[in-house]
Amino acid sequence: MEKGPILGKIHSFESFGTVDGPGLRFVVFMQGCAFRCLYCHNPDTFEMDKASYELTPLEVLQRMQKFLPYYRRGGITVSGGEPMLQPRFIKELFEICKGEGIHTAIDTAGISLSEDVRDVLNYTDLVLLDLKCIDPEIHLILTDKPLEPTLDFAKYLAEKEIPTWIRYVLVPGMTDRDDLIEKHAEFVAGLKNVVKVEVLPFHKLGEKKYETLGIEYKLKDVKPPSQERIDNAKNIYKSKGIVVN
Amino acid sequence: MDCWNGFKGSLWKSEVNVRDFIQENYTPYEGDEAFLALPTTATTGLTKKVSALLELEREHNGVYDVDTETISSITSHKPGYIDANLEKIVGLQTDEPLKRAVFPKSSLGSLEDALVHYGYSLNPKMKEIYSKYIKTHNEGVKAAYTPDIRRACESGLITGLPENYGRGRHIGDYRRVALYGLDYLITQKESEFALLEPGEMTNEIIQQREELSDQIRSLNEFGIMCDSYGFDISKPAKTAQEAVQFIYFAILAAAKQHDGVTISLGRTSTFLDIYIERDLKNNVITEDEAQELIDHFIMKLRLFRFLRSPEYNELFSGDPTWITESLGGMGVDGRTMVTKTSFRYLHTLYNLGVGPEPNLTILWSERLPDPWKEYSAKVSIDTSSIQYENDDLMRPEYGDDYAISGCVGALELGKATQHFGARINMPKALLYAINGGRDEKTGIQVTPRFEPITSEYLDFEEVMDKFLQVQKWLAGIYVQAVNIIHYMHDKYAYESFQMSLHDLQIKRYETFGIAGLSIAVDSLMAIKNAKVKVIRNTQGIAVDFEISGNYIPFGNSDETTDRTAAELTRTFYRFISTHKMYRNAKPTMSILTITSNIVYGKMTGATPCGRPADAPFSPGANPMNGRDTNGSVASLSSVSEIPYGCACDGISYTFAIAPPALGKEAAARQSNLVSLLDGYFTPNGGQHLNVNVFDKSLLVDAMEHPEKYPHLTIRVSGYAVNFIKLTKEQQLDVISRTVNDSI
Repeated sequence: MEKGPILGKIHSFESFGTVDGPGLRFVVFMQGCAFRCLYCHNPDTFEMDKASYELTPLEVLQRMQKFLPYYRRGGITVSGGEPMLQPRFIKELFEICKGEGIHTAIDTAGISLSEDVRDVLNYTDLVLLDLKCIDPEIHLILTDKPLEPTLDFAKYLAEKEIPTWIRYVLVPGMTDRDDLIEKHAEFVAGLKNVVKVEVLPFHKLGEKKYETLGIEYKLKDVKPPSQERIDNAKNIYKSKGIVVN
Repeated sequence: MDCWNGFKGSLWKSEVNVRDFIQENYTPYEGDEAFLALPTTATTGLTKKVSALLELEREHNGVYDVDTETISSITSHKPGYIDANLEKIVGLQTDEPLKRAVFPKSSLGSLEDALVHYGYSLNPKMKEIYSKYIKTHNEGVKAAYTPDIRRACESGLITGLPENYGRGRHIGDYRRVALYGLDYLITQKESEFALLEPGEMTNEIIQQREELSDQIRSLNEFGIMCDSYGFDISKPAKTAQEAVQFIYFAILAAAKQHDGVTISLGRTSTFLDIYIERDLKNNVITEDEAQELIDHFIMKLRLFRFLRSPEYNELFSGDPTWITESLGGMGVDGRTMVTKTSFRYLHTLYNLGVGPEPNLTILWSERLPDPWKEYSAKVSIDTSSIQYENDDLMRPEYGDDYAISGCVGALELGKATQHFGARINMPKALLYAINGGRDEKTGIQVTPRFEPITSEYLDFEEVMDKFLQVQKWLAGIYVQAVNIIHYMHDKYAYESFQMSLHDLQIKRYETFGIAGLSIAVDSLMAIKNAKVKVIRNTQGIAVDFEISGNYIPFGNSDETTDRTAAELTRTFYRFISTHKMYRNAKPTMSILTITSNIVYGKMTGATPCGRPADAPFSPGANPMNGRDTNGSVASLSSVSEIPYGCACDGISYTFAIAPPALGKEAAARQSNLVSLLDGYFTPNGGQHLNVNVFDKSLLVDAMEHPEKYPHLTIRVSGYAVNFIKLTKEQQLDVISRTVNDSI
């Protein structure tokens, strides 16, 4: 075990988070990710050693403390990157947040179920789980990582009855296929802890970052999905009795 | 008395005390908007007629018509109507809707500029009278100004002073007319006049006696004006319709006597609700009719017009009249002041369509009923027409019967007024510190001569030392100028009607202001924490700066930067406070720009923070665009660190966001906006917030096709305006400030 305070490697903060969980939220973007999702709009969070900040959990709480009156209907969301790469830091952060009565959410792809990760979930009020594709082969192409751990993670959340939002990024030519969405929806429908599904249309706001970082952007020619396709995906979830927006 | 049937309480019956009447009789409303009524056929008919007139006004370069022959006064014009058969509330400034009147007593020059600009000419007789026989307010001011004041105004160090237009800012307590009737009010003033006979006839007493007799005279004229419309207002209002009509007549008389820059309405909705509730209970009116009264009232207020010069329009763009109405808030006893009529006022934005006036201001408290909070947020998101102010911050200072005067500062109704003093250009003052008091644009020596800074890199201590000297000198001449203006305004352009609806002894605030606070703060932080190299022209004047290294700008909730902003505000306020104010007013300040942030930018050279020459300032107290990189909450949090005690006239923040960045769906947007307001308006939090919710693409389209967006309204620092009435530069500035991305 390391000695001394745990330092979180952090990419950035957003004090006005409106799209990562319920209500107005303080969002901490962690540095480092194991996935290499083709459509990722935060490629600048990939490499763990490029953190802008190294802070203790208490220092992070102090950064949001002044803003707490804004977050009474919201809370804190840890996103990334992949926050579950730094579970001991998150666990400690969430533990002190819970002590202050702050609602905690984590935006993760569910990469592992290590003991440390399970510790984090003990202090987590809401999981935003990115279940990127239900087909193992496409999942591998899309993210560079296998699907299995994420499915295990999802089942564990269901078993522990941890409220969860499932996020599904709709990428034309990849995830925007009725059969894939059907299967995805069926799997989700079996999880009683899922509060809702968020269908997130693919966008290219991150493309510039790839240029800056000198990483090849493989979805250059893919266009955002049409409103009809977005509605189509939503309707499939609804038909399975799932709340969607 | 019949008129007061069903009303409780006694104190308000034995003295003029509108607050007591409200507290004894109003019905707090904690429900939602489901009860609201659609427009009646009369309302729809009138709206159509007004739309056609507004269309004509746009076609006529923004001015529908001017009556150049008649000097405006309470009784100057015969009655005018939109459609007498449909109007439930009547009265116009002149004999035709949108036709503007002339007010030569502020400044003949500005009046002539305005007339010529719109293709009219000044009546020669009027010109002769006001240049030969009657002195204007502006002439008086010019006669007393010092060379220092003149240089400071000409260089743009002080801008926007009410020296050639009406100062505005008084709020007549128009509710008194409805509650007491004219006879009682005149009797009250006459008895005050009789009592005002002390042994010594000091200047002060003589002035007060003259003013009081003018007040009585204008109350009598007011009676004549109402009579011309067929209304007897000698007795209190008997019905809700009369109560609305009497209040409207009163603010109309104020607008006929004066062309003050603002003509606030006060806080009328909860007062009127008492009359509406009584009539509803007695089956005198239905909900449809109640809404109709409010709709027609608001429609009339929207037609107020004043003729302004091009120079004025640069500072206060888009023809604003600042008919500011304060809604909601909490009473000191803990009951909400929100009533059904507060909802009815907001609902006019749907029944009449979106519009910038009246300047609807919601007094926010965390303890407001949730349905009211949600409805306000909904209306904001739908219309971008509302501003919010912190009731929990202001109530301890002003009680629960205050209203916002003009832009963002509070006033106790009927008990206080303001001597409006516009603002100084703080970044320019900083440049003067560097340049030995010479203007960076013209090279003219504006301040008394002192040694300029000659080093290649700016040293923080040296700059601060000189900056304080400049501020000290500037505060002195600034107070002199504002004192002169209000002395002359009282002498040559006294607003006797508005003042007749005040108590005899009133509190006076003299209001000063700072523009460009965030630029001055960022510049100081850059000088302190980065390295700032000076680029000088051949005359040795600093005209540009090169910055190496980093500093944390204002708007990121950084403790050191925020403290610098607070200190700068406090220091300048202290310099101001050391001086004697006209009529023993209490000095205060605002951090507000109106739309003049563009003009100020043009008049100001490059600043040590990295802002290029001529670039716009941020509006009000806003951090500089793009420098607040930690999200809007961090940005708001910095602004709420500016000490309200030094800036009771208001600290303005203008917030603009695209709908998707506010939340994913309508309910989330509404809830997030409520959270933002609850977070900002803690008891020690921020003071003022403009809320705009629109897509940038919509504004870009409105710039290109203004004809498609005649009613598109947005909030700028201190008021709401039709977007298409802004100058192109102002439009681009608004577009550049909209938060568009969701993370």
